[in-house]
Formats: sequence, C-alpha cells, structure tokens
Amino acid sequence: MTLETSRRHFLKGSAAVALIVGFGAGGLLEVRANSTAEKSFNPFVKIRSDNKIIAVVKHFEMGQGTSTGLTTILAEELDADWDDMIVEFAPADRKNYANLFWGGSQGTGGSSSIANSFMQYRKAGAAARDMLVRAAASEWHVPASEIKTSKGVLSHASGKTARYGDMASAAAKLKPAEDVALKKPQDFTLIGKASLPRKDSASKTDGSAIFAMDVKLPDMLYVVVARPPRFGGKVKSFSDKATRAVRGVVDVRQIPRGIAVYAKNTWAAIKGREALDVAWDFTEAENRSTAEMEAHYTDLLTKPGNIAKEEGDVDKAWDSAAKKVSLTFNFPFLAHAPMEPQNCVIRYEPGKGAEIWDGCQSPSMTQDVISKILGLEVDAVKVNTTYAGGSFGRRANFTADYGGEAAMAALAIKGRHPVKLIWTREDDLKGGYYRPMHLEKVEVALDNNNAPSLWRHRITGIPFYPLSADQLDRSAVEGVSNLPYAIPNIKVDQHNVKSPISTLWWRSVGHTHTAFSKEVTIDILAEMAGADPVAFRLNLLKEHPRQAGVLKLVAEKAGWGAPLPKGWGRGVAVHESFNSFVAQVVEVSRNKAGAIKVERVVCAVDCGLAVNPDVITAQMEGGIGYGLGTVMRNRITFEQGEVVQDNFPDYEPLRMSDMPKVEVHIMPSMEKPTGVGEPGLPPCAPALGNAIFQATGERITVLPFGENGIKFA
Amino acid sequence: MYQVTVNGKKHQVDVDGDTPLLWVIRDELNLTGTKFGCGVSACGACTVMVDGQPQRSCQMPVKGVGNASITTIEAATGKIAHAVQTAWREKDVVQCGYCQSGQIMQAIGLLQENKTPTDQDIDAYMSGNACRCATYHRIRAAIHVAAQKLEA
Repeated sequence: MTLETSRRHFLKGSAAVALIVGFGAGGLLEVRANSTAEKSFNPFVKIRSDNKIIAVVKHFEMGQGTSTGLTTILAEELDADWDDMIVEFAPADRKNYANLFWGGSQGTGGSSSIANSFMQYRKAGAAARDMLVRAAASEWHVPASEIKTSKGVLSHASGKTARYGDMASAAAKLKPAEDVALKKPQDFTLIGKASLPRKDSASKTDGSAIFAMDVKLPDMLYVVVARPPRFGGKVKSFSDKATRAVRGVVDVRQIPRGIAVYAKNTWAAIKGREALDVAWDFTEAENRSTAEMEAHYTDLLTKPGNIAKEEGDVDKAWDSAAKKVSLTFNFPFLAHAPMEPQNCVIRYEPGKGAEIWDGCQSPSMTQDVISKILGLEVDAVKVNTTYAGGSFGRRANFTADYGGEAAMAALAIKGRHPVKLIWTREDDLKGGYYRPMHLEKVEVALDNNNAPSLWRHRITGIPFYPLSADQLDRSAVEGVSNLPYAIPNIKVDQHNVKSPISTLWWRSVGHTHTAFSKEVTIDILAEMAGADPVAFRLNLLKEHPRQAGVLKLVAEKAGWGAPLPKGWGRGVAVHESFNSFVAQVVEVSRNKAGAIKVERVVCAVDCGLAVNPDVITAQMEGGIGYGLGTVMRNRITFEQGEVVQDNFPDYEPLRMSDMPKVEVHIMPSMEKPTGVGEPGLPPCAPALGNAIFQATGERITVLPFGENGIKFA
Repeated sequence: MYQVTVNGKKHQVDVDGDTPLLWVIRDELNLTGTKFGCGVSACGACTVMVDGQPQRSCQMPVKGVGNASITTIEAATGKIAHAVQTAWREKDVVQCGYCQSGQIMQAIGLLQENKTPTDQDIDAYMSGNACRCATYHRIRAAIHVAAQKLEA
C-alpha cells in the first residue's frame, strides 16, 4: 500500500485523522487496525498481542541514533527481545514527553536525549515488566518473585511460560507500582552491547523510510516562497502575471515572509517562483558585505564587552609577563545544510485545528508558533514527527521558521488545500539561519617558569538568539568561560552585534569556535614553553580528571610521539562540551606540491556509561567529518547584504575522498550517560590546525583553512 | 504527456517536458525513496539507474528520458543490490539516511563495474554522493563487505 493510497483510504473513512494514524519508524504509515490489539502500559510502552513492543520515543531521529538509544534503555529494563521492539515517535504532548532538562518544553537538542531520558525510560521499562510479572503471578498462582523474564518471555520453574503479548491484556489492567527496582548495571544485556542493530537501518536502506519530504496528502499543493534576498528586506511590490501562466501553478499569495507560489507539483512551484517579478525594499535590511562586518567587529575587539569570567588581574599579569602573544581568530558564518532541505506538510481546518508532518525537532516550539499564526489553541495543533534528514541545529528554531511559513501559506488559502512547503538548496544556503561569524582576540603569556600566567579572551558576533547589547550571550562564550586550564588570571568578555541576519545554534554551538581558539592557543603556549603539547595540557588539567583521562587515552592509542613519515604532522586537542569529554589526534600528510591530506583521526570519548557503543562511535565519526569539511572549505559570505554561496558547488560538503581513517575509543565509565551528537566535533578543527602547523610551520587562525593559505589534496 | 518506464512499468505522465525525472518519480509516481538534495547534480541524493547505470535524476528532463529503463531504490534487486543493502545493514551505515538511497544506487554501479574496488576506487566513484552526516567511513567499509559477499 503506498503512502498516498493509505492516506486517502483512511481519510475517506474518518474525519479524526489524528487519532489512529501514526508513523512507525519502520517507515510505513501504519493504520492501526483492531486486529492487533495494543495495550498501553505508560506513555512510553505499548505491547501488542503479536508480541511486538512499541517504544514511544520522545526525541526525534535526525541520524543521531536516539530511536535506537531510547528503545535500548526501555528494552533493557523490560527484558524484551531486541527484534520485537518497534519505534514510534511521540506526539506533541509536553505533559508526558517534555525534555526533562528543558523545563516543560518538548524537544531535542544540546546532546541531551539519552542524558535526560535515561532514568525515565529505565523506570518506564521496569514498571511495564513489573505489571507483566504480577499478571503472570496472578494467573499462574505463584509468587511474583519466582517469575523470570528474558527476551520477551515470562517463565516459572513449574514450566509455565508466556510471551509478553499473551499477558499484555491482563497486565495493562493492573495499577503501575509506585517504585520498581531497576537492574544492576552488571546485569545489563542490551545497554553497552557492542553491536545492537540500529532500528532505522532497514527502512533507510530500501527507500521506505518516510521523511516529511515524502508525505503526500490528497489535494495537497506544493509551495515555494520567494523571500527577500537580503536579511531584513521586505516586499515593495510584485507582479505574478508570468507566474500564473506557468502550467501547474494554482495560486500566488503574499505572506509575511515573502511571496508564496502554490502549484500542483514541486517543479511547477519552482518554475512559477522564477517567473515572479518582485521589487524589494532594503531600507531596514543588512546591506553590508563581509569585509565591512569584519571591520566593525575588529573595532569592537578594542572595546570592553559583557563579562563572562574574571579571575585575578589580567592587566597586571600582562605587564609583567616574560613571553606574551596576541592572537586574532576569525570564524565565518556557516550554514547547517542538512541533506533534506527544509520542508513540512500542513493541513489546516479554520477554527478547528491543524496537523503538521515534520522531522520535528521541537514539537513544543512548533505548536506554539503555528497555533499563534493560525489563531488556534496550542493543543489543536497536532504534530506528526517523521524521520528528519539531518538537522545539525537547523530544525531547533524558536521561530519554527519553515513550519511557521507553512502555517502562513495554509492560512493565506484558508486551509482549502493541505500544503507542502519546500525550501530548495538555494533557499537553505542563501536565506537560512547561520552559525554567526565571530572574531576573537586572545592574549596569553608565560611567566618566568614557562607557566601560563594569563588568558584574556574577547569574542564578538551576532548572538545565537535575540539579546540586547548588554546581555551576555552565554552560548557564544561556552567552552572558554569555563576554561579548564589552571591559569591564575583570566578574563573573558563578549560583544553582541545587532543585525537582521538570522543566526542559530549549529552542531556544538559556541564550542564550534571556542574549542578552536582555546586549543590552538594552548598549543601555541606549549610551543612557546618548549613543551610537548600533550604533557603541557596534562600539567594544567590536574583539576579535570576526565579531560585528562581522554587526553591520555588518545595519546596512547594514536602513538603520540612515535615517528611519522616525512612531511607529516600530528596535532592534538581536548575539549569538554555537553558534559562529555573528547580528545582527538589528527595526522596530516603533505605532498610534493605542498597540499595537505587529512590521513587519520584518533578519538577518545568519555560520555559516561556507553548505552550504544556503536552509535557513540558513529556520532564521533560523523562529528569529525562534519567538522573537518567545514573548516577545510566552508564559509558563508555577504556581498552588499546578499549571501554569495547558493548551492553545494560553492558550499562544498566533505566528500568521500576527504574522509580520513577514524578510530574511536570509548572510555569505560559508570558515570551517568551524557551526549554524543555534538561533542565529537569541537576538538577536530583545532587538532587539524595544530597538525597543519606541525607539517607546515604555519599557524592559521582565520577559517576555513582552504581559503586562507592551505591547499588540500 | 510523456511516457517513462520506471521499475519495469510504463507510465504516462502529464507534465512539462523540462520537468526533471526526479520530480516525475517523486510527485507523479509517488516513489519517494529517491531524494531531492540540491537540484544541480552536486549531491547524488537523486541517483537512479538509467539503463543500468547510476545517473542523477534531478538534471534529466523527462522529455529526454525516452525509452530508457529507470530503476529506483524501491526496485533495487539482484545479487549486487542485495549484497550492498545487506552490507549497509551489517555495518549500520545510516545516520539520518536521507542520502542513502543515492549512495546505495551509486555503490551498486561501482560493484557492477569493479568487483574488488580499492579504497581509492571507492573514493573516486563515490565522491559525487554527499553525506552531511559523514557516514563515508562506513560506506567504504560496507562496499568492501559487499564485494566480499559477492566473491564468496
């Protein structure tokens, strides 16, 4: 049954679409028939009569592995068979599915999925298991304590056995216990298992996995929007005559974000938009070029900013220092550029409700924004979470940008058709939300004993979210406002630049730039002190055993200090982000023409208890690749307010031929689990920079490397 | 009206001749495994087999398709396809998964031509297929596994 026909068939039969249709993570639109009875045990566990167990996963899957991770935690305490577990994404319901680290809000981000859910999903699994055991005890007339569970089967020494599905009906009627004992970690059979197959592998290798881009509703129109080519621009006037003449174009409407073109298929909408004649008003727009912004930022670097950290007296230490250095770092704007361009599908019934299909990173933000636009109660907006084709921060947006646009487009035609709103790749790169450009000034010094005596660090950029000039952007300084190195005099301050350019967190947020400036600077200090970069760092990390731990582990695994082939260089970096600790060693080669190739990356990670070691490894590999490609050659630049880059050929992603060998080592730990989606990224750029220095003698502090003097093979 | 042969079936589609095959496959035929990533042949997410060879469907106007036999991921069958998809699952290659239909079609093309590709062969043949999750490391490993399966 195709998606379309199943929807149509279903819609014919019922107006209350929402109640019984859900997207199984297996990829098919599942119409829950009564033939497979499904019993709910709590918001996270449902057991079907065919013994399949549904894990209701409250965090969306953008590739980071949460659908496997949360299911593992639940299945562990349930004593379920891994093959019986089915993933279903939770509806928008902040009472049951809030991120426990985010107050009452439901959403994914900050590498928090496993960390905030770990105990919640264990308890949910254990509570359901306890109900199954009590139901069996009652039916078999034996003490509950004598019943064993394993791989979805209840058993008793008398020989009685039952599968979970057989007992589900009776068990679901019982009152859940207040407090159920959890397993001891040494009894875990799924958590920590080296290779537990990902739940999304099968559907993502046969084309059946459903992303929002794949959702099609009856009578749906395809919409693309012409947006102002400069941030802060507005529509002055427009003519849609030529657009309406394009075959397949159905309607054209002005919405608050621009001009929406409605068509019967995607191509007609794209062609219709090309035919629009729009005059823009750039009075309040960002009209500057990158060079002008840099000049402004450079001026701000001479002025005191919002203080993020101050210890000792940096001015006094600077005056009395034996050796000192002043450095300027320059980080460009960056696009997230997930493989799936932004899109979603919305169905709106004026005065009644709306339903959205989206690879939805934050159902709460989406509900809040869309309900406001459509004048609906928050709960009247139903969110169907599909797989997301990447995010890297792009989808976690307070403005629910593309979702908001879809609501505006649906509103403009009063909900007469469902709408699929699509951004093209050009829309994404030219009009998206960026990791803001940052300029940083770092001044450091050594005393007479070659010990670092001060660290003065100033950061300038557009804040990651709207703030006034005198409010500290904590995200912009994270990673250096908590400088781990034992240095007596520290001052970190920061400037917020005001601009209509839209900015957003980008995989690892402030750590994308602070890890680089911090870890390149500490390398320079080691060089000035004539010390080994690993030993120099370890000496300053005595109060930070977990950072020191991964640094020692990576040095050992990488063969730090062992000879390298001629022309090669090796660099190291260590960084804490999102409560996880990662150290990396990068090796580069240099060919006869002087071109650099990243040959090998060795990574050590301490993220507490490793729930899914293979997913952790994959996230380290991915974070390294995403980071490397970016610092090798990616930047978003402006010419008179307009973004220069418009598609992959000039925002070239990391390619297969660029990907180095990656080795990941996970630190054994019984600490509580912490995140892995972001922490793999921050150390790779500085480790690469430090390796390039070893190979070439050049210190590059303006990114990307490829645009600033380094040629890559 | 144009006729296209997709997954062994002939379809009449009522679209403009400049409509890329990608949008015919997705919007008209409802085969959504083939993905839109860039529209300019720079990412490979839209890769399908055209007469058995991997091609980018986003830059192929429907009027130029003619009698070519098109195969999408939904109909990827045969020994090589099976070996590739199995290897992908064994290695848990996927992350977000959005590019993987294209990666798999391209990998099938590689193994059709070269039964024992080296890392360099893989890099050369696969470099037009972008993966923003950077699953490259595992794609390389999975192609080697698939090659071994086909040899065995």
